[in-house]
Amino acid sequence: MIRLERRPAPSKSWTYLAPLLAVAATMIAGAIMFALLGKDPVLAIKTIFWDPVFSPQFGSYSRPQLLIKAGPLILIAIGLSLGFRAGIWNIGAEGQYIMGALAGAGLALALYPMELPVLLPLMVLAGALGGWAWAMIPGLLRTMFNTNEILVSLLLVYVAEQILSAAAVGFLRNPEGGGFPGSRNLQSYPSAHNAEIIANTGIHWGVVAALIAVIAAYVLLQRHILGFHIKLAGEAPRAAKLAGVNPARLILFCMGVSGALAGMAGLFEVAGPAGKISIDFGAGYGFTAIIVAFLGRLHPVGILLAGLLMALTYIGGELAQLMLSLPAAAIQAFQGMLLFFLLAFDVFSHYRLRIATGRAA
Amino acid sequence: MTSTDDLLVIEGVTKAYPGVVANSDVSFRIRKGEVHALLGENGAGKSTLVKTIYGLVTPDAGTMVLDGLRYAPSEPSAARQAGVAMVFQHFSLFDALTVAENIALGMETPPKRRVLARQIREVSEAYGLPLSPHRRVGDLSAGERQRVEIVRCLLQDPRLLIMDEPTSVLTPQEVEILFRTLRQLSSEGTAILYISHKLDEIRAICDTATILRHGKVVGDCVPSQTSARDMAEMMVAAKLDTPVKHPGTPGAEVLSVDGLSLPAASQFGTALKEIGFSVAKGEILGIGGVAGNGQDELFAVLSGETRTAPDAVTFDGRPVGRLGPHERRAIGILSAPEERLGHAAAPDMSLTDNALMTAALRMKLAPGGWIDWAGVKGYAETVIKAFDVRTPGAHTAAGALSGGNLQKFVVGREVMQAPQLLIVNQPTWGVDAAAAAHIRKALIKLAEDGAAVIAISQDLDELMEISDRITAICDGRMVRPRPAQGLTMNDLGLMLGGRDPEEEAVA
Repeated sequence: MIRLERRPAPSKSWTYLAPLLAVAATMIAGAIMFALLGKDPVLAIKTIFWDPVFSPQFGSYSRPQLLIKAGPLILIAIGLSLGFRAGIWNIGAEGQYIMGALAGAGLALALYPMELPVLLPLMVLAGALGGWAWAMIPGLLRTMFNTNEILVSLLLVYVAEQILSAAAVGFLRNPEGGGFPGSRNLQSYPSAHNAEIIANTGIHWGVVAALIAVIAAYVLLQRHILGFHIKLAGEAPRAAKLAGVNPARLILFCMGVSGALAGMAGLFEVAGPAGKISIDFGAGYGFTAIIVAFLGRLHPVGILLAGLLMALTYIGGELAQLMLSLPAAAIQAFQGMLLFFLLAFDVFSHYRLRIATGRAA
Repeated sequence: MTSTDDLLVIEGVTKAYPGVVANSDVSFRIRKGEVHALLGENGAGKSTLVKTIYGLVTPDAGTMVLDGLRYAPSEPSAARQAGVAMVFQHFSLFDALTVAENIALGMETPPKRRVLARQIREVSEAYGLPLSPHRRVGDLSAGERQRVEIVRCLLQDPRLLIMDEPTSVLTPQEVEILFRTLRQLSSEGTAILYISHKLDEIRAICDTATILRHGKVVGDCVPSQTSARDMAEMMVAAKLDTPVKHPGTPGAEVLSVDGLSLPAASQFGTALKEIGFSVAKGEILGIGGVAGNGQDELFAVLSGETRTAPDAVTFDGRPVGRLGPHERRAIGILSAPEERLGHAAAPDMSLTDNALMTAALRMKLAPGGWIDWAGVKGYAETVIKAFDVRTPGAHTAAGALSGGNLQKFVVGREVMQAPQLLIVNQPTWGVDAAAAAHIRKALIKLAEDGAAVIAISQDLDELMEISDRITAICDGRMVRPRPAQGLTMNDLGLMLGGRDPEEEAVA
């Protein structure tokens, strides 16, 4: 008989081992899935994990892409992880990402074509405010009426998507675009363009912001009483209340920070790699960041690594679609497996497996 | 060697869990119709042993013989069929169902509802445990709920009844009723295995006692011929050092609660009604009461977790009803709640983290918000040392400590911050005798040094031992505090029932 037995204290080594095992198990299960689809499994795994970085043919294109994709994932996931640690579930980062992009791009488009050296910083601020405001809706509803922030934040994603398409075909549409949906391209508006800082590396200000966020979150969680209170509220809410943590203030803080970071990520994207507001601007970063946050153990450094890994599966996945004509759904299933296996292996940090010799009575 | 008198013979029962041997070569016998006490500190292995007898745990080694037949129940239903019944410390009853429905749920083949109701009435009357089968369990008192559990067992006509800490939720008067029932059962030939910390009770009711320590049988005795102190010392294998209270002259009044009323926060909460009392410097005020009569609500009001009208609570002449726990700590009001895991401490966090939890402000462990981890660790180690907390180190998770050790840490963490007023809820609940003595001594010392202490406790002996004045809370109302000196158990019983012994005497 196989039983799970609760460990007296969570296992440290399993906490670190679980993500690695999850990646390994995903590779194996993914390989089986690709084989069942009639593709060479080894080649598929190599295309996803190896070629984006090391292939002489694609490397020069996909290496910068890695940072371009990882930047927003990490930035959003860092924000989400603070709330997740405290047991505050902002599932709507995608919506905050969109609203941040709309606010920041809206500011730039309103000032177009004025050249202003501080325009990009102002846009970043506007983007952060946009995301923050969108996250405040579930935050305030939760603190005032005790609504469920998971549902409210999630549903607001769909509202944000509607506003996005309204903007793309309506109030932010490029007046010189010949009636096509989509705004002016900010890449051709120098003051507003979030350009690469070092050419052909993929490093733009959003990537820098993501790194700063990683460091700031690390310091907050390790050294500051606020970070301690976030962790305490997640571990034992009643104990946090006894410690003097004001639950409402904590909810607003965590929702606010995650919304602001998601909004910033949206702004960096729209002013940089994406260039313009378009109907399909929301690319799912806000949802994938949830996986990144958990894959990274809600730890800033873990999130940094998990963001890079997730970006790799994105780019590798695209490559596999292109080279091996794997269906896009297979790639999504592959990414989903990663979270699934992580949660499965996670059980072992709290429980140990016992194979009991069930003695017959 | 099995005599026909023996009902249950246990031979060499051993059960090991990872890292701890719960029972090691335990042997003893229970005779037919005797009340047999199982004594031991927390973690001595009592629970594991009775779970083995009741079929919840399969031992690694050893045998049991019930009435001459080999007995190895694989699950509780097998134990029940063999005639072994158990009343747990924590009841497993559904509040929304009636007494009869609850009892039917626990039976393999329940009879028709009407027949069952008649049986319940018959059994409960025969054993002096009045119980109406049609009442909803949610409306019953703790004592009545226990009757439901006992009647449920009695309907199965058991040969051995196991009772785990049965009196912890009862008033002294209810304890008397229970003891009458147990004596009657025993005279009819039912053996009773009685588990309790309370040595006076064991002396009053048990015929023999088996004493466990660290999973082993370390002795047995006839309780009626052994002093409570001797039994306690057998349990802990050490000389017990009972704290002595020196009644001092109380100082100036430091905290007063006036006209405090608070509606119940939830359906199963208790409303506080017109509560008023005060505490003076250097005084320990004991608040007794049966669990669930408003203690938790009152604690939350005093700790600041629940806020009230500003002048419902005044401290040093200043209204503090609106202040939260953090602000109260700043002016010297500290508190240690009852529930250790999840309220007083975060179980998965280290002792260092848990030290920071409530001591950050007063011990200046996070100046300007930046945590001084070396200082926090130092403070945790100071508490561990001063309160003799047995742990591998400050890095250990709080949840990995035994109840007694964690309680010492939790109380120590507050006491070492030199409070003006300390509120403790159930200071030694589920804590072994040695740790309890340590904690009580610390509270007495704190009061001698001039602090005011409010101790909310269900343990009447504890209240008598440490308090200067005692009051009780019943259904959200508080009776008038009275000096502890000269109070009898009978007075206390009346107070727990919400009555004032003096007025009763006049009436």
